[in-house]
Amino acid sequence: MQKAVIQLETLACPSCMQKIENAVKGLNGVNQDSVKVLFNASKVKLNFNAEDIAITDIENAIENLGYEVKGSKVRSA
Amino acid sequence: MQRYILSKKNSITVISAILIVFAFFGRFGLNDMVIFTWSLIIASVLGVAPIAIQAYQALKVKVVSIDVLVTIAVIGAFLIQNYEESAIVTFLFLFGAYLEQRTLNKTRSAIKGLTDMAPETALKRVANGEFEEVDVDDVDEGDVLLVKTGAKVPVDGTVLSGEGHINEASITGESVPVSKCVGSQVYAGTILENGTIQIEAERVGEDTTFGRIIELVEEAQDSKSDTERFIDRFSKYYTPAVLLLGFIVWLFTKNVELAITILVLGCPGALVIGVPVSNVAGIGNGARNGVLLKGSEVINDFSKVDTIVFDKTGTLTVGNPEVAEKEYYSDVTEEVLEYLASVERESDHPLAKAVVNYIGKTNLHTVEETEVVKGEGVIAKVNGHRIAVGNVALMERENVELNEKARKDIVRFEQNGNSLVLTAVDSELKVLMGIRDQIRPSVKEDLQRIKNLGVKNLAVLSGDNQGTVDLVARELGLTEAHGHMLPEHKSAYIEKLQKQGQIVAFVGDGVNDSPSLALANIGIAMGSGTDVAIETSDVVLMNSDFSRLPHALGLTKATARNMKQNIIIAVGVVLILLASLLFSEWMNMTIGMLVHEASILVVILNGMRLLRYRLRGKYTKLVKSENEEVVKAA
Repeated sequence: MQKAVIQLETLACPSCMQKIENAVKGLNGVNQDSVKVLFNASKVKLNFNAEDIAITDIENAIENLGYEVKGSKVRSA
Repeated sequence: MQRYILSKKNSITVISAILIVFAFFGRFGLNDMVIFTWSLIIASVLGVAPIAIQAYQALKVKVVSIDVLVTIAVIGAFLIQNYEESAIVTFLFLFGAYLEQRTLNKTRSAIKGLTDMAPETALKRVANGEFEEVDVDDVDEGDVLLVKTGAKVPVDGTVLSGEGHINEASITGESVPVSKCVGSQVYAGTILENGTIQIEAERVGEDTTFGRIIELVEEAQDSKSDTERFIDRFSKYYTPAVLLLGFIVWLFTKNVELAITILVLGCPGALVIGVPVSNVAGIGNGARNGVLLKGSEVINDFSKVDTIVFDKTGTLTVGNPEVAEKEYYSDVTEEVLEYLASVERESDHPLAKAVVNYIGKTNLHTVEETEVVKGEGVIAKVNGHRIAVGNVALMERENVELNEKARKDIVRFEQNGNSLVLTAVDSELKVLMGIRDQIRPSVKEDLQRIKNLGVKNLAVLSGDNQGTVDLVARELGLTEAHGHMLPEHKSAYIEKLQKQGQIVAFVGDGVNDSPSLALANIGIAMGSGTDVAIETSDVVLMNSDFSRLPHALGLTKATARNMKQNIIIAVGVVLILLASLLFSEWMNMTIGMLVHEASILVVILNGMRLLRYRLRGKYTKLVKSENEEVVKAA
């Protein structure tokens, strides 16, 4: 299990949170319960399984929604 | 393509504004309806593109977002050939979103200022003994790091060599530099103002005190209260409900204009953003002023507190006994004090330490034949003189005569809550010292401010004897005082108050009072960012600074008020908009969108006021309170 913190551009609308949350939760290999979108910090925290999905795939999924990913940190959890 | 359009959102907003201006110029300046219509059509199509993409992506993950409402409304307006509305509404929506983002950044600025202080690089010693600049993430425990003047300390650790002064404001809120030498603890995020030091890394990254503070504040600003969770749940169903309502209206009236206007008016923007904005601004203000508030639930509870219970030692008092009063008898020469210091230096009794600290640096003499009389004091021989240091019982044992004045002084010192240390040289009384734990400076004023803010009961609990506790309570104007309390008694007392329906805050040093901190509705730790304090409490007063407490209380009250105002503004605006749609002629989609975006900006600006919050004059005035008298423990 890997633990990732993804920094996004400033989130302005709370409905963005729902979108990002649903999109990330829908990805295969992401631990659904671990997904946390921090509105004010504009960060996504999640745990994922490196064998099923790469961090770049998760970043892509978020960018496809129209939110720029500024960077991410991955640590083994 | 989608990404490209989204990334050009700001340019699209500008172009669409220009097109709209151009359209009206064409209509009223050139009297050319073709220019007017086509400009607006282009503006609409251009403007709706990013919104529609966002709406599509939201629907893909099964969310009915505001974008969905606006997109349908704009397409509807387009279909009934109301290009004026479709163009202006898309522009307002895009421009509003831009302004929201800008102003939101302001409300978050306080916390961002804190996280930006996080160190990014470090000079790490590598194999050949040289220092190399590395990313702070690549530093491990045990690494040796070099910190130069002006640089940030990258990790928590111990100084191995060198010395300097460090500004620890990011951890303690105290900006006076602290001197550091070999063996001193240094903390990540603090700044070396002068000198050069080498340190050994002990805790890195998120495990450092600074890392934990940041994580705590970040989590806090996004933690949700029950009200917020309710709003979240509510808005999840609210937006689809508005969509449904618009559809039903269209079905029955066949009036597209009315139906799409409802979609725009029903947008829940200000409601969902109002509370988080107050929250982040309030917590940000606290973080900047040495008060860590753990989330909006804490803000709500703390703002309603009835009773604040204080631990005495280390909270109301400094926690460090000091010589408070002294009397000299007959002629006291420098030598007497030297003898006293020499004897007391050998003891580790807290009173002895206070005496040594009080006398300070002086000539020390060899002490012989030291004899400790348990519960009374010490007798020793210095330079051939017999020195007795201790309480009244020891003086009696030594047949020291206490004259009239000395007896009176002793009574007075005891009444003032002092512990007594008498010194006799060759059975003649020379010095009487009264030692007590000093009350923190300005605590009295701070407590008065807290009372002015509407807290009814202020109680002090302590393990000390009742007399001492009563004295502190009387001096500070507290409403209740209980002595002889063990930690479990303290938590039982808090439970009792809670059973009476009171909302109780407990203020302690966070080390031996963790049960009470955890049990109270609000646990407030006076910690210099210590681990235990950060873990168990709801509010942390950094640098053990008591004067932050009134600020913290006032701030939570202001923040709670601010949240309510924002909810009222948001709900009020939607109700008024819908009502005017039913009862007036002038309401349309454009005005609806304008008012709607304006209300979002109003709640953000309202939240921003909290960033500048500080206690005002009416609370800082020191009014005498009616309930000054102390209620003695039963």
